[in-house]
Amino acid sequence: MKKVIMGNHALSYGAMLSRAQVIPAYPITPQTQVVELLSEMCASKTLDAKFIKVESEHSAMASCISASAAGARTFTATSAQGLALMHEMLHWASGGRHPVVLGNINRAMAPGWSIWTDQNDSLSERDTGWMQFYCSSNQEVLDSVIQAYKVGEALMIPAMVILDAFALSHTYEVVEIPEQDKVDAFLPPFKPEIRLTPDDPHAFGGLTGPEHYFELRYKLQKDMEKAPALIEGTGLEFERLFGRRLGLVDEYKCGDADLLFVSSGTAGYTANVAVDLLRDEGIKAGNLRMRVVRPFPFETVRRILGKAKKAAVVDRNISYGHHGIFYQEVKSALYGVKKAPPVFGYITGLGGRDITPDTFKEIAAHALAKDGPDEEIVWIGVKR
Amino acid sequence: MKEKKAKRIVYRSEREMPLMVISVGSQTHNLTGAWRNIRPEIDLEKCLKCGICWKFCPEPAIEIVDERPVVDYDYCKGCGICAEECPAKCIVMAEERK
Repeated sequence: MKKVIMGNHALSYGAMLSRAQVIPAYPITPQTQVVELLSEMCASKTLDAKFIKVESEHSAMASCISASAAGARTFTATSAQGLALMHEMLHWASGGRHPVVLGNINRAMAPGWSIWTDQNDSLSERDTGWMQFYCSSNQEVLDSVIQAYKVGEALMIPAMVILDAFALSHTYEVVEIPEQDKVDAFLPPFKPEIRLTPDDPHAFGGLTGPEHYFELRYKLQKDMEKAPALIEGTGLEFERLFGRRLGLVDEYKCGDADLLFVSSGTAGYTANVAVDLLRDEGIKAGNLRMRVVRPFPFETVRRILGKAKKAAVVDRNISYGHHGIFYQEVKSALYGVKKAPPVFGYITGLGGRDITPDTFKEIAAHALAKDGPDEEIVWIGVKR
Repeated sequence: MKEKKAKRIVYRSEREMPLMVISVGSQTHNLTGAWRNIRPEIDLEKCLKCGICWKFCPEPAIEIVDERPVVDYDYCKGCGICAEECPAKCIVMAEERK
């Protein structure tokens, strides 16, 4: 069934079809509609889940963790300041191996108080041990929630499904709502091997000395290393059932490109439009949209960028005192790769400043005019 | 007193370990009573057997034996809540001598 829905509701439908069982949530602009619809679904029994109104995002994640430890499939959603307040509990979810799925609406961090999109909120949580899926359409948002549970529960690692404020969260698009029985066939019920139960009581997350902690973190990394293949595998399985591929990256005309954009989120879709416009002008451009950032798809990035002549990484985020976060990661992936292309780093669109096809054309003009990057950061669109 | 299961679990390799920290025995093995600077001393003559100290002890390090409170000094951190809450004022916090 096709429906015209906003990105936030795509998250709600994703959680509903995944049969989330416990949904603790605290509202925050621009996430509110996600949990509004879920609470309506719970009230009308469309979704058989426990909806918990909590007093903060910290409590929302704490409730998700405990419910997940008890063996329930859990979902919550937040944005920016709310995600930052969850920070401590994000570590607890991944370290405790609770495969919670969290929808995060990318919103710029205050101050100045902003409700518009950029990626610094979720990228500040890059190292918490969560998988991160960045989406470029409402369909991808819905599909990613289902895939996030599938991969997360197989590895016992939590996952964030991330979408841009307003550009997706409040934008209505046609979305194919998958049939419940097909989703059930793809995503079996959550049955963790170890869970909290009165029949076999255990203490979870207790004091862990130097003789054990190191190994637990080793295991988390080893399982995270299994995630790229599992994401590709479940993405193919998803395609067989639903006709839509969910991979680590989205390649658009990369094969013969002289200039390859590396992009993410909704800007990753705008980049495709810019690629076509540039090709009309005789410039062979391509676009590699990063869908998954944790685990970082090293092999895929090396394979695709290793063949490119030039790469332009477009960051809607910044690591102050360094440079764009995707730029750092792409460059580190290419370390030691023979014939790696020159990689340019661009920062644009912070705090919800529009990223348009013209933004990408400006980036292309800059990158094509130079043999290699001669400055660490090129700012696109700053008024100066 | 309850028998203490101070069995300490030490895994030799990551392959033996569960994914998450469960029941590694650290709570029983780690005798937090060593942190104590002041110790509760109960005058059982004045004790009303009300059980309030047992109820309030956050550790919990007070058990009721034959209707009267007994402090488990292996785990009592000396917070003093029992002395504060005791309606008969029969618990005093004395300086710890080690």
